[in-house]
Amino acid sequence: MRLTCPYCGPRGSEEFSYYGDASVTRPQHETDWYDYVYLRENPNGKLHELWWHASGCRSWLVVTRNVTSHEITGVALARDHRLAHAARQAGASQ
Amino acid sequence: MKYSVFELVKQAVRKAPVWPRAWRAASPKKQYEIIVVGGGGHGLATAYFLARRHGRNNVAVLEKGWIGGGNVGRNTTIVRSNYMLDGNIPFYEHALKLWETMEQDLNYNTMVSQRGVLNLYHSDAQRDAYARRGNAMRLHGIDVELLSADQVRTMVPAIDYENARFPIRGGLLQRRGGTVRHDAVAWGYARAADTLGVDIIENCEVRGIQELAAGGFTVETSRGTIAADKVGLSVAGNTSRVAALAGIDRLPIESHVLQAFVTEGIKPLVHNVITFGAGHFYISQSDKGGLVFGGDIDGYNSYAQRGNLPVVEDVCEGGMAMMPGIGRVRIVRSWGGVCDMSMDGSPIIDKLGAPGLYLNGGWSYGGFKATPAAGDCFAHLMARDTSHDVARNYTLSRFAAGRVIDEKGQGAQPNLH
Repeated sequence: MRLTCPYCGPRGSEEFSYYGDASVTRPQHETDWYDYVYLRENPNGKLHELWWHASGCRSWLVVTRNVTSHEITGVALARDHRLAHAARQAGASQ
Repeated sequence: MKYSVFELVKQAVRKAPVWPRAWRAASPKKQYEIIVVGGGGHGLATAYFLARRHGRNNVAVLEKGWIGGGNVGRNTTIVRSNYMLDGNIPFYEHALKLWETMEQDLNYNTMVSQRGVLNLYHSDAQRDAYARRGNAMRLHGIDVELLSADQVRTMVPAIDYENARFPIRGGLLQRRGGTVRHDAVAWGYARAADTLGVDIIENCEVRGIQELAAGGFTVETSRGTIAADKVGLSVAGNTSRVAALAGIDRLPIESHVLQAFVTEGIKPLVHNVITFGAGHFYISQSDKGGLVFGGDIDGYNSYAQRGNLPVVEDVCEGGMAMMPGIGRVRIVRSWGGVCDMSMDGSPIIDKLGAPGLYLNGGWSYGGFKATPAAGDCFAHLMARDTSHDVARNYTLSRFAAGRVIDEKGQGAQPNLH
């Protein structure tokens, strides 16, 4: 499996460390902490995941990947993914 | 038919042996008291214990493919009860005791081979950690030994004692651990459950689970709609997907792929189950002569039932560090299974929301050795609506309460367990 790092280009997956689901948001309130830490949707289709380029540029990336076919449809810096997500949420609430 | 040496002889002298089907090709009825979703080792064992211990045979096991095609057919056959935590030890020891009487209980040859499970250690700190685990087992009355390097060498000559990087300092040995032929476990439980009246329904995929206002459920399947008072999910690997059909959208589980490998047959070389202590690698040898080995999960979410090459390389590196002599043996087959990696690496056997809905999942990569106890405990839970004593800590609520059962001490990240 190869991931295309925005800085380093296509690299083997062994260069990266996998963290998990990128769609969970750190909560504002303590009451949501359990959900954030422990509960996952775990879909069998498309997933946004956090990968860390451990043996490369050491950036955090959000990879959009189908967890059944392993097909990768998107890679973004985690920062950019989060900013885009926030912008969409702001747009939706207007 | 009861299997016996007399039957074997009788059939052998016939012109054409006539062995009856081991279980009926049952068609689904409209209604059952209990539906077990998932015809794997756990689901079939559950159905058997429901009939055997609780007199409930108005039971159906629904399997989307063929029974034994999931993780019960994909594991590396190891059975052991050498866990460290109080929440785990009695459960796995209960399983090991059931493994020991399984073949008589089921009248089926499951090739239970208590050849010993040896965990090698490579440093003083690791020795201390293994001694601690061994003592935890001893406190529960389970026999286990801490061997010195010399004692290991007498027992297992074929590993690399001269390795400067990973010196073998000794090992923790559970003699009663070993291997069991995994396919036979599925077939043995299926046959025994079927004999007691359970319907085993293959090629029957569950597509919906509706809770009824008056109680009970209707289960939509690829072979029609079936009603049941109680539904138990035993589909580890696909727990999240199937639980979502019942309206449970989030669980402390991620699905991950675990790879395993088998080599061409060679003469008997590995007489025990041996685990390497300086990397995740473990090996045993099947009766056909193939070396059966594996290591870590790949580490990313996957339902693909196949993994990637970096892990193959890692596993083989572990093998070469421990046992360089196998370097030229050819790997003939590799495969993957989907594991329910839970948030503490330990299983969940608990009620799941609606009354009459139950979950047996979160088995991470340790489900096979648990099979008989998982079946016994899940059957107990479904029949009596309370947990079996040895499984009472495997609750879904333990995460919120901080009572995680975390053998590796890695915290709330499934891929680290």
